[in-house]
Parts: sequence; C-alpha cells; structure tokens
Amino acid sequence: MSVAGEERKLVEMAWDPVTRIIGNLGIYTKIDFKNREVVECRSTSSLFRGYSVFMKGKDPRDAGFITSRICGICGDNHTTCSIYAQNMAYGIKNPVLAEYIVNLGEAAEYMFDHAIFQDNLVFVDFCERMVKETNPSLLEKAERTPAPHAHIHGFRTIADLMRSFNPFVGETYREALQMSRLTREMFCLMEGRHVHPSTLYPGGVGTVASPQVFTDYQSRLLEFMDFVKRMVPMNDDVFDFFYEALPGYEEVGRRRVMLGCWGAFQDPDVVDYRYEHMTDWGRAMYVTPGIVLDGELITTDLVEINLGMRILLGSSYYDDWEEEEMFVERDPLGNPVHRRHPWNQTTLPRPQKRDLEGGNYSWVMSPRWYQQQTGDHLALDTGGGPLARLWSTALAGLVDTPWVTATGHSVKIRLPRSRRFPETELEWKIPRWANTLERDRARAYFVAYAAAMAVHFLARALDRVQQGDVKVFQEFAVPDEAIGCGFHEAVRGVLSHHLVIRDGKIANYHPYPPTPWNASPRDSFGTPGPYEDACQGLPIFEENGEADFKGIDIMRTVRSFDPCLPCGVHMYSGKAKILERRHSPMLGSFSPPGDRRHP
Amino acid sequence: MAEAVSELHILWISEGMSCDGDTVSVTAGTQPTLEDLVLGLVPGIPRIHLHNKVLAYETGEDFVEWFRKADRDELGPFVLVIEGSIPNEQINGDGFWTSFGSDPETGQPITINEWIDRLAPKAWGVVAVGTCATYGGIHAMAGNPTGCMGLADYLGWDFRSAGGLPIVNVPGCPVQPDNFMETLHWLLRQAAGNAPVIPLDAQLRPTWLFGKTVHEGCDRAGYYEQADFAGNYNSPKCQVRIGCWGPVVNCNVPKRGWMKGVGGCPNVGGICIGCTMPGFPDKFMPFMDMPPGAQFSSQMIAPYGQLLRRMRALTNSTVDREPSWHHNEPELTSGYDPRWGNER
Repeated sequence: MSVAGEERKLVEMAWDPVTRIIGNLGIYTKIDFKNREVVECRSTSSLFRGYSVFMKGKDPRDAGFITSRICGICGDNHTTCSIYAQNMAYGIKNPVLAEYIVNLGEAAEYMFDHAIFQDNLVFVDFCERMVKETNPSLLEKAERTPAPHAHIHGFRTIADLMRSFNPFVGETYREALQMSRLTREMFCLMEGRHVHPSTLYPGGVGTVASPQVFTDYQSRLLEFMDFVKRMVPMNDDVFDFFYEALPGYEEVGRRRVMLGCWGAFQDPDVVDYRYEHMTDWGRAMYVTPGIVLDGELITTDLVEINLGMRILLGSSYYDDWEEEEMFVERDPLGNPVHRRHPWNQTTLPRPQKRDLEGGNYSWVMSPRWYQQQTGDHLALDTGGGPLARLWSTALAGLVDTPWVTATGHSVKIRLPRSRRFPETELEWKIPRWANTLERDRARAYFVAYAAAMAVHFLARALDRVQQGDVKVFQEFAVPDEAIGCGFHEAVRGVLSHHLVIRDGKIANYHPYPPTPWNASPRDSFGTPGPYEDACQGLPIFEENGEADFKGIDIMRTVRSFDPCLPCGVHMYSGKAKILERRHSPMLGSFSPPGDRRHP
Repeated sequence: MAEAVSELHILWISEGMSCDGDTVSVTAGTQPTLEDLVLGLVPGIPRIHLHNKVLAYETGEDFVEWFRKADRDELGPFVLVIEGSIPNEQINGDGFWTSFGSDPETGQPITINEWIDRLAPKAWGVVAVGTCATYGGIHAMAGNPTGCMGLADYLGWDFRSAGGLPIVNVPGCPVQPDNFMETLHWLLRQAAGNAPVIPLDAQLRPTWLFGKTVHEGCDRAGYYEQADFAGNYNSPKCQVRIGCWGPVVNCNVPKRGWMKGVGGCPNVGGICIGCTMPGFPDKFMPFMDMPPGAQFSSQMIAPYGQLLRRMRALTNSTVDREPSWHHNEPELTSGYDPRWGNER
C-alpha cells in the first residue's frame, strides 16, 4: 500500500503505555491519514530487572523458583521450562505421574490465561462501547447481522455479542472472569499456587497424588467444557463478521508467515531429557515444535531449532558480548554452538537515554533464528502463541490422541459430552493469513485444545493413581559441571531456558520468552521486530479522523500477539518531529454503568 | 480521623520492577471480587473508579491522564497502589530502569520514582502490593544491577499519606488474592468512615493476615509434632527437613488456601520459601536445603515426637476398632438398662 513519489503528510501518534497487556509497552507510530496507512513503527520496552545478571552464582535448583517471577501471568511456564532444562543438566527425568500433573497444570494455565486475555483484555477492543466510538457504521451493521451460531451461544446478533464484551458490565466479560477463577483453581490443584507455583521441583512435583486431587480437577473441567463449546463459535462469529463487514481487514496486522513453536506437553513415556534424544522426544510432545515459513514446515527438530537461535543487538541498551567468555563451544552431539547463542550470552546492561532517532530504544534484545539454507536471520513471531502451535502441530501431523488429532492440514479437537452440550468436534483449519484476526481466533481454538488434552492427561493420571502409583518425585544430585536447555510453550509462545553449571553453581542462565521474539526492536541487520513489522503498512479501518483517532486497528494488532512485557516492548515511529499529538476523548474507567466521566 | 470519602479513585501503578503478577493475582480474588467492588455491589464503601493498566478500557495518554490529573490536584481523593520494587535511578546516568508514560516536554520516559514523588504525598492512602513493592523482593536479590528496594525504603518507613496513614504493605509473591482484596475492603470502609484505622504491625502488614506463621496454620504441622518428617517431595508429611521455612514465616496461606480454599504451599506439597517476608529471597536460599533452624528443632523434637507417635499408635489401634457389643448374636451385650443407675 505504499504511495510512491508523493508528498505524504505524516502524523506521529503515541500510545504509551499500551494497556490491557502484561508489562510496560508504548507505541509510537507515524500515520498517513490521507492514505489511511501506518507508515512506520518501532518497538521498545522500558523495563529492565536483570534476571540473567543476578542468577549468576546461585544454586541451580533455585532457578525454577526465581524464573517464575519473570512473568506475572504465566510464571509457571518458566518454572516448568526451567525444570526441563535442569532435568537435562542433572541427567534425570520426572516420574510419569509427575509429568501428567505438570501437563494438567499447564493445560489449566492455557485455559485460564487465554480465556482471561481474550475475553477480558482483547475483546474490549471488539466490544460495543469501543466499536461505537471507533466504527459507528460497523456497529450499525452488527445490530442488523444475525449471529450464525446464536443457537449455541445465545446471542441473537453480532452487536449482542459485542455488548456482552463490554468491560465489567457485559455478560461474557463477567462469565470469563469467573471461568478464569475456575481454571486457576484447577491450576492450583496441580501446581499449588497461581501464578508462581509452589509444588514444582526439578525431578518432579510435591503435589499429593491422591485420587481427590484429580476428581477435584475433573469436576471443574466438566464445568469448563460448556463454556468452551460456546466460546469458540462466539469467536468465529465475531471474526467472520469483521472479514465480511470490512473487506480488506485481513491485511490488518498481516505479516509473512514466519512462525516458531517450541512444543508443549511432554509425553512421559518418551521424554528422558537427554539432549542426545531431544529430536525424538521433542517430536513426541503433544504440541509439536516447529518453524513454519511461508506456510511450509521447515523443521520439527528441537536440536536444529536450538542451534539456530541467535541473540542480536542493534537497538537495545546493552553492551555486546563478542569479547566475553564462550561457555559452550559444542553441544552434547558435537555440533558447534554460536557465540550469539543464549548458552554463550553475557548480559551487560548499559542504561542510557532513549534515542528514537536511529539509536538504542529498548531494553529488549532481538532474538532471531538463523536459517542455514538461506543465511537469513529470521524475525520469527509466535502468532501470540496459539497460531504457531496449531499451525506447526497441524502440518506435522504427529499428534494423535483420542481427543486431539493433527491431520496435516488441520487440528481436530473432540470435546466430550458436558452438561449442556453433546460431544462436539471442532476443527481448526490452517488460515490463509497470519494476521490480527487469525492470531485471535487461534487463541479460542487453543483453549479447546488444552481442555481436550486435559481430558486425556486426566484419564492417564487417574489410571496410574488408581493402580497405586503415587511416585511424583525423582531424587538427584547437582553435578559440578553441566549444561541444560529447556523448550516449552509459554501461553503467548516460544519459551527456552539455557543453563550452564560450574562448581555446582549457575555460571550462565538465559531465558528467552515469547515477547523478546515478538517485541524485539530493529536488529543489527536493520530488520524490524514482528510488532514493528506487523504495524508498518497497516491499513486503517477506524472511522475517526485525525482529531479523535483511537488507533483501534493498531491496538488490536499489538494485542493479537498477547504482549507480555515483563519479557518486553515500546513502539516508536520514524524521524520526523511530532507534528501533532492527538489523544482520544477520555472515558471513565470502571465507573458503574451509565456513568461516563468526560473531564 | 479524616473526613468520610464518598467517591474514590484507585490509581494503580504496576510499572515498578514487577511481573504484574499481583494485579493478575487480584483478579482471582472473591472476598470481594474486583467486579463487585467496581460495580458498587459492596456496601459501606465509597464509589470506586479503578485505574489499572491490565484492566483499563483506555490506552496510552488517555490512561496516563488520570495520573496527571491526580498530580494536578484535579482528581479528588485517591488511593495509590504501587506494584513492583522501586529501582535506584541515581546509579544509571542518563538512563532509566523502568518508566510509566513519557514526559510531553522531553519525550523521555517518566520514571516510577518520579511518579511516586509526585503522587504519594497527595494520596489519601498508599498501598504496596506484593513482596517487590513492600520489601524489594526477588528483583532486589543480592547481585542485582538496579539497586531496587521496597516502597517504604524509598519513601521512608515513617511516611504518612494525605489521609494520615502509613504505607499499607500486603506482601506475597504474588500477593494472595483475598489478602489484598480484604485489605482494600478495610481501607475503603475506613475511607467511608465506617471502620477504624487499619491495624498494622511494625512491618506495616495488616495484623489479622500476617500475625500467625505458616506453620501455625499448616495441616502438616501435626507431623512435625510427632517428629515425622518428609525425606523427599514424594511424602505428604512435614517438609521442614527438605526446605520448608513455614515455622518462621508470617503468612496465612496454608490456612486460607490460594483460591477458595484450594491450593497453597506446604499444605499441598510446596515448601515455604518465605515469599511474604522482608528477608525474601536471599535469607531463604538455597530454597531446597533444610533451614539451619530446622536442623536443630527437628532433632530436639525427635525423642518427644517419636514417643508420642508410638503412644498415639497404641491409642489409635484401640479407637480404630468398634466396641464389642456391635454383633449379630442372639444375646444383647450393650449394657442396656432402661432405668439408668440401678445396680442389678
């Protein structure tokens, strides 16, 4: 949509902080209102805490407890990933039952987190109150458009659906908050506490594997099933309406299909946490790891994925580590490990002024994946998590359980009979685009995926417990020298932990959560990070002009990635000085209904 | 006491050195729920306007504007909630560790420290939520690069808000959802003139929440009494010998559970790592080793506990059997006598 050879009037607009996400994120864009296009955008984060710095010299067994504190919504993903990495370093595996307990906990985390993020944070951008402010004519159309799945979810028109998303007063909004509590109870049954778990240890869990803990989980899962079966068609109705009512909306947030997924849910019968076997146990995971490039699955091999990781600087507040010590020259299979790989990274913070004029502007580094065949440093994104997970799993065609099956072109999800609905099969099909709406839609389907897998894990766990297996923990000793790596899917996408132990202490530890991938700034090659990339060239559909512009299409795009900034962002636009800075009208936050304050 | 307040804003800044986990945790609360509070369903409190980044309808400058209004004295009474530890911004030259919004003049980020300097003295009350904001927490660990600290370390332990209150600390990593909601509920009743001043201990914690130890509320403490200790994490017994600090940690989680009585820490198999304490984390690390004190006390109690266990086992075997007159024989041996007290 570029407008060549024409003088463009650009307006700089800032959203800082971006709300309804986790962490510190600001967006600075340059917009061509005449041609209704976002021309430039950068991404930066304004928070540095220094985990990789202060973990040095600590007892490696503490890593799972400490790294949970990186993230306040999916901290358990970090603990789990840390345990995967530690198990590799200690040469142990979790007892089978412990692995099911972790899988059940992580499934509950996906259900909770995706549901609260989608229904209480993302959908506010699609709610009646918001759409009325940004696209009144769209709302009018929504009022006249019957919801195709009304017979399932009970909302007659699309506008009725949108009303149910209105914050604090809408029916879906409030139901989702309740469901987020129910699923967190399920989580607490397995992992003790949300969001920083108490019962996870390297070598297993401390959860008491009595039948009670599983029947407690089961009764809640049954209750949740009715909600999932309504939620997925609600999502389909809203997103299909957007495509139909706003032709061209598929271009919003669209980016080259360049997705990474690091796999989730270990198969306890296969995983031994040995690096030498990582390719095999990686492929046995119940969410298949993989990199999808232009719609093609280029690898499902965790060893290859691991070795391709590169951490670049370019626009971040750190000194380079080119001259620093190499911790791992070769992996346990003898492959050379690059200097810019997390195993060999030394984090050297250098606080400085934010320089949006071609200098450094972010506390986030720029993780990239090096594709050997082309020599490209790919700025992979996670599609907010679910899009990459479903895409990779679908193409690989490896997952085959009674409840979830990957077909090679889709993922079939079977949900058992529940109180209100019969057994239901959902099918997520590979979409035509990696864009804002498909990132959001995939999230709803992945809630169903997690619920269906939970049914599977629960059956397996109960089988073992009722046959008398109660072993949940494997003893171990911390070696003097060892390395480890863990790969997992945080709720919002790829998560890796790389660990080096020397003299029985942590010599190096580098977690790479999804947000550094998604929110990274321009790297040393000048390649923009995924948020920047997805926003540049974004067509604007908002009906408001410059004066009362809310940036809703940009906000939807950024939120579609499920930003979790304790792992890092800020967005910024180009060089021109701020011509005008506009803010939308104030609206009372969470006042009682009918009470709008216009200061 | 200050004048009763009928309408109150809650300005919540989670941009300290935090993970936003306390905000997320609070959405799990049910005593009361956040939505009941915001929708005005809870009696005896002022009308509430909540401004929290994770839940806000507005974004960007529209959101920051509420905080700017408070700074300009245009907002009316407000409670300032701080989440995350406060970095030392005096050690990083032109840079910054964390910020919230930008300065319209310079385009540079506004540090959290600056916001606190501006808003804390004007707030009716100031609440620190979670262990980072209360006592520094995980990000203030030895070896940290940011020099961060708790809010009271930054503002001074004798700080008083415009409403005449000290900082109210609700620690926990993250905060137990209902510990926070209950504290807020008290403060709101107090603001409305319906409750006395919130009772706080020397560490500025609500006394009714943090006055007891983990151990005092733990359902595994009975094992301790009998000197019956878990040797690894497979065991459902007392975990003091495998890293639990429960006997010396002020926290009610094993008693209260994590949500609606579900979950917790040592009560469900997770060692207490002292996450509510001013000494967290350094004084409790390495977490999975036996605390030095437990080495001593768990040995001291061994002779007593083992004797007790044997005697209780004896009694247990007696009470574990039904009385002899429960039988299906032709003769009644229950001692039946319709006229009680008559010697035969």
